[in-house]
Amino acid sequence: MTHFTINGRAVSVEAEADTPLLWVIRDDIGLTGTKFGCGIGLCGACTVHVGGRATRSCITPVSAVADAEVTTIEGLDPAGAHPVQRAWLALQVPQCGYCQSGQIMQAAALLKDFPAPSDQDIDAVMAGNLCRCMTYVRIRAAIKRAAELTRSGKT
Amino acid sequence: MRKRVPLILLISVLTVVGFAVFAWRPAISEVAPPGKSAFAPELIAQGEVLAGAGYCAECHTARGGAPYAGGYALQTPFGALYSTNITPDVKTGIGAWPEAAFRRAMHEGVARDGSHLFPAFPFDHFTKLTDADVAALYAYFMTRNPVSAPARKNGIPFPLNIRALQAGWKLLFFHPGRFVAGPDRSADWNRGAYLAEGISHCGACHTPRNVLGAEKPGQSFAGAMIDNWVAPALTKDNPSPVPWSEDELFAYLRHGVSHYHGTSFASMGPVVHDGLQKLSDDDVRAIAVYFAGVAEAAGRAAQAEPAVQRALATDQLNVGLHYEADNRLYAAACASCHYNGANGPNPLRPDLAFNSAVNLDDPANLIRVMLFGIDAKQGAPGVLMPAFSGFTDADLSYLAAYLRATRTTKGPWPDLAQKVAAERAQGKRQESSE
Repeated sequence: MTHFTINGRAVSVEAEADTPLLWVIRDDIGLTGTKFGCGIGLCGACTVHVGGRATRSCITPVSAVADAEVTTIEGLDPAGAHPVQRAWLALQVPQCGYCQSGQIMQAAALLKDFPAPSDQDIDAVMAGNLCRCMTYVRIRAAIKRAAELTRSGKT
Repeated sequence: MRKRVPLILLISVLTVVGFAVFAWRPAISEVAPPGKSAFAPELIAQGEVLAGAGYCAECHTARGGAPYAGGYALQTPFGALYSTNITPDVKTGIGAWPEAAFRRAMHEGVARDGSHLFPAFPFDHFTKLTDADVAALYAYFMTRNPVSAPARKNGIPFPLNIRALQAGWKLLFFHPGRFVAGPDRSADWNRGAYLAEGISHCGACHTPRNVLGAEKPGQSFAGAMIDNWVAPALTKDNPSPVPWSEDELFAYLRHGVSHYHGTSFASMGPVVHDGLQKLSDDDVRAIAVYFAGVAEAAGRAAQAEPAVQRALATDQLNVGLHYEADNRLYAAACASCHYNGANGPNPLRPDLAFNSAVNLDDPANLIRVMLFGIDAKQGAPGVLMPAFSGFTDADLSYLAAYLRATRTTKGPWPDLAQKVAAERAQGKRQESSE
């Protein structure tokens, strides 16, 4: 039995200690916005926040989040209006959309550490989030837009 | 020659008898459990702090078991030792132990019945505790809920399992006696030394041991292997590029995360978050003062700035387009969390150039952290590193070799792929369930 909070809600799950957090989020808790991509921490589709830090949930054993705070794409903003989400909409970033919840969660975490990210910062931090549709150019632009939105206080 | 046989026999008998007399300790009579009301609340509270600072629960609690009821397996080079029940249960715990027996166990490593305790119980450190602190610990343990949990049979083979032989071990290696303050040292340093050398028994993991399991004299805090992890040197030989200063030590020991040394993991997770967490800021600061002295940090402060600049420069190696497989692997798997850029080192983006795991002579810590990750309870509060065990041995060894080559000034680690395979086979936990 592992206790943690997800999107502000306390949960207890029966899953074995080494069950990937992603399975628990999708199958046990039923939040399917977080996606399965590669299963070994090399594509970023499963990115959630643990303690506010971007974390690959497919390679995180559920036991590792005991008593921690997990946030998924569903909990990033109560109205889905996080600056990153608004920038994503404004610039129409997604194509097929499969990787995008991971991209958005990684980008939101990036902006906490790099409030005014350079292209280098974006490339270095986002390199672990793959997009088969090659939306990278729009992702980079949207991250900069989100940084502006955050700075101008339009949250 | 014939005449000598009886003489040798006589000498042998006398030696055995003499040793038996030497090894013999009297039993101390049982008492009725004093009960919870026998102790002042302040004394119990003081004992709780000390029990935390001594991580008593770590070894005296089996995984998933009742606190302090024992049964935790310590894997020693001599076989498995199971910790014992230190709840005040009369039959299976220490409920019938008078304070004098508890004090003798702490100061001399002798159980109430007169048998010698194995030095896996760190009485070689606890002997430094004042009688007042031992009394507080006694008050704390005698007011826990009694749990019936008989001792498990140790896996130590004959003849090492003869407890009387421990008297010989003590004769050779054990120096009983309370802590003696250094007269030319500050009050903080002395307080830190008392805690670190006594109740917190830091040397039990960080000091290398000889073939008979005793901490080697003259090599205090020189670093050692413990439960498959490297407990790094705490002296000036610690390989971290930025010396462990008082502030760094305080941040690490208080919060589990420091600016230039990353986060706690492995056994240091509970040491920081369950154990030292009970101590006041002043006491943790005192331990930091003591270890800054052990590390000779004051004389090495000038090493910090060049190391920081070097780390920030190496951060740029992964920026831009690269075709080398190891660089790309790092960029894809590691940089999203570990890259720092021009903002300078962020403690929550642990810069690997600073990390002792990358700088140690032995890659065990780096390999184990990559394979098994760091739980949210072990390191920086509430955040974690996931477990990259889905990577092949080859990929993990490329990453380790890449970090070693680009993040340090040290020579390459040999046989990395085999070491990754060995650590993977060894598994995450040292404690076996049986």
